[in-house]
Amino acid sequence: MSKKRALVVGASSGIGREISRQLIQSGWTVAAVARRKDKLQTLADEFPGQLQPVVHDVQETDAIPEVFAKICHNLGGLDLVIYAAGVMPPVGPHEFDTEKDLEIVQTNLIGAIAWLNEAASRFDKTGHGTIVGIGSVAGDRGRSGQPVYNTSKAALATYLEALRNRLAKRGVKVTTIKPGPVQTEMTQHLGLKGAMTASEAARRTLILADRGGEHYLSAKHRFAFFIIKRIPSPIFRRLSV
Amino acid sequence: MNRAIGDRVARLSGYGQRTFADGYIFRPGSVEEVINVFHEARRDGRNVTLRGAGRSYGDQAIYPEAYVLEIGRMNRILSWDAQSGIIDCEAGATIETLWRHTIEDGWWPPVVSGTMYPTLAGALAMNIHGKNNFRVGTLGEHVLDLEIVTPTGEKLTLLPTDPLFPAVISGFGMFGVIVRVKLQMKKLESGNLKVLAVSPANWDEQFELFEEHETEADYMVSWVDCFAKGTEAGRGQFHAAWYENGESIDRRSLWVSRQDLPDMIMGIFPKSLVWRVLKLLCNRTGMRLLNWAKDRAGRLLDNGKFHTQSLVAFSFLLDYVPNWRNAYLPDGFIQYQSFVPKEHAKRVFSEQIKLQQESKLESFLGVLKRHRPDSFLFSHAVDGYSLAMDFKVTKARWDELELLCHRMNDIVLAAGGRFYLAKDSTLRPEDFQQYLGDSTLKEFWRLKRLIDPENILMSSLTSRLPVLRTPLEHHHE
Repeated sequence: MSKKRALVVGASSGIGREISRQLIQSGWTVAAVARRKDKLQTLADEFPGQLQPVVHDVQETDAIPEVFAKICHNLGGLDLVIYAAGVMPPVGPHEFDTEKDLEIVQTNLIGAIAWLNEAASRFDKTGHGTIVGIGSVAGDRGRSGQPVYNTSKAALATYLEALRNRLAKRGVKVTTIKPGPVQTEMTQHLGLKGAMTASEAARRTLILADRGGEHYLSAKHRFAFFIIKRIPSPIFRRLSV
Repeated sequence: MNRAIGDRVARLSGYGQRTFADGYIFRPGSVEEVINVFHEARRDGRNVTLRGAGRSYGDQAIYPEAYVLEIGRMNRILSWDAQSGIIDCEAGATIETLWRHTIEDGWWPPVVSGTMYPTLAGALAMNIHGKNNFRVGTLGEHVLDLEIVTPTGEKLTLLPTDPLFPAVISGFGMFGVIVRVKLQMKKLESGNLKVLAVSPANWDEQFELFEEHETEADYMVSWVDCFAKGTEAGRGQFHAAWYENGESIDRRSLWVSRQDLPDMIMGIFPKSLVWRVLKLLCNRTGMRLLNWAKDRAGRLLDNGKFHTQSLVAFSFLLDYVPNWRNAYLPDGFIQYQSFVPKEHAKRVFSEQIKLQQESKLESFLGVLKRHRPDSFLFSHAVDGYSLAMDFKVTKARWDELELLCHRMNDIVLAAGGRFYLAKDSTLRPEDFQQYLGDSTLKEFWRLKRLIDPENILMSSLTSRLPVLRTPLEHHHE
C-alpha cells in the first residue's frame, strides 16, 4: 500500500550500506546517516532521488534530536530505524588505552542510545515502528582480544532488550541482530576470509527485522554461541574463541 | 525541533483505519492559540492539517509530519436562544453537544450525520447531509454565520452572502479553521419520530418507496443487501420517519434521559463487546448470513408497520455499536458513496452491486438515501440518490478493491453523478476533475491563492488528488 520509510545510521560502509541499498531496491525511502561525506555521496549517487544522505557524526549526541526530527519531516514519517554504526579498532594484547576505548563506547553504544532513544520516544507515541540494532556475537562473552568492543555490544544488547520490553505493549518491534564475522571495512584488519559478506548479512537482517527479539544470522552461530555462552570462565579463558 | 513538539507526535488515521500518518497534534483552546499554531507551522516549515473528531473515513484529516490542528477543545456554547432556536457556539462543539443542550427546550439540529460525534467544524468542512437531505439540504444551509481563522492569521466573519461562505463550507478544511458557528435549530414538539418500516423485495420496490414518500416524509433511508442477486437484487429495509406533533404527544420524550441509548442489548449483553462478535462475522460468509437474517427478520416482524422511535435512536445508528469499526481490523475498511441523478440511480447502483459480486468483493452494508442539489463549491449532492457502502480492506486484495471502485466511478461519472470527499478513499484525480468541472477547480484555486497563498493547509487527500493544488505549486514539483 503506502511507501515505507527507513532511517539507517552508519550507512556509508559495511552492513549499514548494504541494508540501505537493499531497502531502496525493495521500494523503501531511505535516509542514510554517516560521518564520511564522500562515501555517503557515492552511495547516494547510486540511487538518485531515492536516498537522502545525512552527514552526521554519532559522537555529536547533542545534535541528534534535531537531525532526527528533520529526517522524519523529510521522509514524511518513519517506519524503521536501523543502527549499524560501529567501530572496532585493533587493540594490542597489552593495550589499555582509555581514550580509544571511550571512542568505541561513544560510537557503538552512546550513539546508539542517543539515536534509538529518539526513535523509541517517537514510536512509543505513535504506536508503530521497528527498531533494529546491529549488535555482535562478540557481546556474548568478555573476550581477551577486544574488551571494550565486547562490552559495547553486550551493553547494546541489554539496552535493546530493555527497549523491547518497554515498547512491546505499544506494538513496536525491537530487534537485536548479532552477526558473527562479516567481511566489512571494520573487520578488514582481521583478515576474515570465507566469512559472510556484508550483503548477505544485510539480507538476513532485513528478513529478521520485523520479528523482534534477538537473532544470530546463521544456525551455526546460534548453536555455537549457545554452547560458548555456557562455557565456565576458568575453561573459557584457556580457549581461543 | 524542540522536545515539546516531539511530544505531540501521534499516529492518526481516518475513521476507516486504513491509511495512517504521523502528525503533531495541537489542541488550541482559543482563537489566539489557533493563530499561534499557524505561526509555529510557518516558522518550522510545516503544513497544517485540520481535524475535527476524525470521523471522515479516509485521508481527509491526516497528513504526514504536519501540525494537526484538532478543534475539539473549542467546544463551548456561547449563546442559546430557546425562543428563536438560534445557537452560537465554538466550532469544536459536536452534534451531541448541540442536541443535548437544546432538546429539552424543544429543538434539534436541523441536519445530523449517522453518528453524533463529529464536530461542527468538521461537519461543515465536509458539509454533511442526513436522512432528511431531500427535504432540508445539507448542514451548511442552516448556518446563519460563521467565523474562520485563515492560515495568515486573519479572523473573518462570513455570512451566507459572502463569496467565501460556500467554499469554506464543503471546502474540507482548505481555507481556514472554522472557529465559531451560528446555527438555526429545528423546532420539535416531541423527541420521538413516527417510523414506517417496509421491506422492498428488489430495486424497483426500493425506488418506488422513496418516490411514494418523498413529498411528505421528514426522513427516508433504506438498507440494501449487497449480497442479494437476480430478482432479489436491491432488497433491503426502507424507513420513512415523521416528526410527531399534535395533542397526544408525550413532552417527556424530549428529556435527555429518554433519548440516551442503552448500554446493553436486551438488557444483558454489553454493547461495548458487540464489535468483537461482529469481527468474527466480518467476512463474506458471515456478512452474507447477517444481511440475509436482517432481511428475513425485517420481512417477518416489521414489514409495513409503524413504530415510535426516539430521535437519537433513529438518527445515530452508527453509535449503536461502539467501536464497530474495529470489526474491520487489522486492515480497516473504506466507505464508498456515490450520488447519481434520479433517472439513472437504479441502473447505476444495480450495476455497482453486480460488479462487486463478480469480483467477490461485496459491500457488507449498503445505505440508500434521497438527495437534493445545493450550491456549495464542493457539493456532493444531486437531485437523485446516493448509495453508501462499506468495503472491508485486506492487504492481499487492496489492488482489486481499488480497481473495483474505479470501475464503479466510471459508471457514476458517465451518469453525471458525484462523490463525497468525507467518505472517499479511491477517487482518481481525473474522476475528481470530471465531476467537479474546471470552473469549480479554477474558483478553488483562485480562493486558495487569496486565502492560503503558501498552501499551508494540506491533507493526505490533497496529495492523493494533486489537482487540488494550485497550478503554481504544481509547476514547482
